[in-house]
Amino acid sequence: MNLKGKNIDNVSRHGTRNTKHGTRNTEHGIKERRMELKEKLITSFLAFENSVSTDTETNVHDIRSKAFTHFEQNGFPTKKDEEWKYTPLKSILKYDYNVFPKADTAIEFKDVKKYFLHEVESYKIVFIDGIYSSFLSDTTHDGYDICLLSAALKKPKYKMVIDHYFNTIASKKESITSLNTAFSKEGAYINIPKNTVVPKPIQIVYFSTGSEAQLMLQPRNLVIVGENSHVQIVERHQSLTDNVVLTNVVTEIFAGTRAIVDYYKIQNDQKTASLIDNTYVQQQRQSVASVNTFSFGGNLTRNNLEFYHEGEHITSNLNGISIIGDKQLVDNHTLVMHKYPNCESHELYKGIYADKSTGVFNGKVIVEQEAQKTNAFQQNNNILIDDGATINAKPQLEIFADDVKCSHGCTIGQLDKDALFYLRSRGIPKKEAEALLLYAFANDALQKIKIAELKTRITRLIAKKLGVDLGFDL
Amino acid sequence: MLEIKNLHAKVEDKDILKGINLNVKAGEVHAIMGPNGSGKSTLSSVIAGKEEYEVTDGEIILDNIDLDDMAPEERAHKGIFMSFQYPVEIPGVTVTNFIKTAINETRKANGKEELPAKDMLKKIRETAQLLEIDRKFLSRSLNEGFSGGEKKRNEIFQMAMLEPKLAILDETDSGLDIDALKVVANGVNKLKSDKNAVIIITHYQRLLDYIVPDFVHVLHDGKIVKSGGKELAHELEAKGYDWLK
Repeated sequence: MNLKGKNIDNVSRHGTRNTKHGTRNTEHGIKERRMELKEKLITSFLAFENSVSTDTETNVHDIRSKAFTHFEQNGFPTKKDEEWKYTPLKSILKYDYNVFPKADTAIEFKDVKKYFLHEVESYKIVFIDGIYSSFLSDTTHDGYDICLLSAALKKPKYKMVIDHYFNTIASKKESITSLNTAFSKEGAYINIPKNTVVPKPIQIVYFSTGSEAQLMLQPRNLVIVGENSHVQIVERHQSLTDNVVLTNVVTEIFAGTRAIVDYYKIQNDQKTASLIDNTYVQQQRQSVASVNTFSFGGNLTRNNLEFYHEGEHITSNLNGISIIGDKQLVDNHTLVMHKYPNCESHELYKGIYADKSTGVFNGKVIVEQEAQKTNAFQQNNNILIDDGATINAKPQLEIFADDVKCSHGCTIGQLDKDALFYLRSRGIPKKEAEALLLYAFANDALQKIKIAELKTRITRLIAKKLGVDLGFDL
Repeated sequence: MLEIKNLHAKVEDKDILKGINLNVKAGEVHAIMGPNGSGKSTLSSVIAGKEEYEVTDGEIILDNIDLDDMAPEERAHKGIFMSFQYPVEIPGVTVTNFIKTAINETRKANGKEELPAKDMLKKIRETAQLLEIDRKFLSRSLNEGFSGGEKKRNEIFQMAMLEPKLAILDETDSGLDIDALKVVANGVNKLKSDKNAVIIITHYQRLLDYIVPDFVHVLHDGKIVKSGGKELAHELEAKGYDWLK
């Protein structure tokens, strides 16, 4: 609407193409260091295995070993890998990460209050440098479990659940997910039995502090939502200093029959923090699962988001807003696997890229032959603000059924000059006028937020990110 | 108030305005009429400061200040308002919030405090009443899903709120049914005073039955080829534009 764009199938547009000079030596150096990180992780795995040997009652030990072997054989993905072509990891793998952080950092709630959605009552599962903070958390076992994965992995009463769900939908082919699985130990464990509406949102927050100069975190979340149950979850990773952090998180979400799962990811971290988020969702019939991803911060952010259907009349919603600048990169890699008839997927990603930032969107939708009467919609709209910004967008629809409604649209554009003139002619300065138009551009993805306070928060974050104070909360 | 002297302007190397002279005094209503492509909309956009138009010669002076090189928002802050033929949709920003921002940015630019919320609301309520605008309308997203008539009425609402010295109404009558036209005209007439001025840009004489102009100018091929009183509009309606070429 405010976009002068065109519909395209497969796009890679650059403002300016950056050529690199004289990096050969450095490249070599980085390669060696990456080897070092891989070696370090391999060595660490043995020590890690010893440290968690108590939970041998479950099959987790085997799962970790297999995943470890997969990572050992494949290593980190490189640009040669089609799925990682536009998201080079080498700049974030060059650090000498500490992979076993110490548990000696205390945080006062008042210092981190702003990172919580504190306007509403909520359950909280909070980690500091990968280690559970009971002080900042508010967990429960009353009617449902909102607690720690480490506890669930250790205690026999959870064995059946763990064996039934743990690592059943996380990718076995993505080496970065395997790496997380190999080191999986701690994270959020949410198990909601059937016919339960969790009355308040659950916040999962991972803080990292300055006590480790370079830190690698590998949290693991398991979310099981029973038949007819309803849950809202907000996940956030937040660095509290400008030390280098790399988080490689895996979340498995299971939505039971007619369950409703609303999941929100707030990615507004420091410029020194990178995030690889791998989220896998499995849905039973008539369930509705929505994952909303808001990427405003960080250095490199990669979101692997995959939906798998296990029944009819399922709805999957994937929404995202990315607003980045500097040399930030956000990569949304999504997959929706339609296996059964009469299901729907709705995908809406909006991207605003300034300075020399890079956006990547890869939206894969597979409709299998049995999945007749599928409705699959995908929309990816991007605005490049500066000449140096880049977007690589690739919708990928593979349809094997013949009676389906599938559509995709991808636009890349700049702000509409006539629209800008309209606002400025009403006395609104250029910067504020641009911000209003960008906000309007992102607005439909914002309207998907079902927690009013969160919507207010995100709109404020957007205004802040766009650098404007309009005198009202947009 | 407004003096346009020998104004030449082009867009993308195409000369559109070829020497316009126009003098508008406070308290006056001027109508600019002319066939399609004569330069009517270009003239209003150039006065409002649209950057895609390049002024190649001449000047636009508002209250003894040369507007040359002024950004559109600066011109707005000096009291120029232009109602658009095709207003832009801004999803997620309500009519109320938009007008608050516009007013307070203008006040800020003129060294005034923000208008207190109470006064703002009162003013919004009174103006909405004057233009027969339903209160629900004010909490809708700006122009989103508005009918043609609603958009035009909303433009006049913004004009009334911003109280400009010089209002340029660009084809405000198009897309309005007769009742809406009367409401809009009634609003403009009530806001008219001896301190402000109105330029009505229109293809047809229809709106001029309700907002009676003091002067009518005919624009043809980038120049004003004839000026006269309100009777000129009727003459044009009867004879068309061809006799002036």
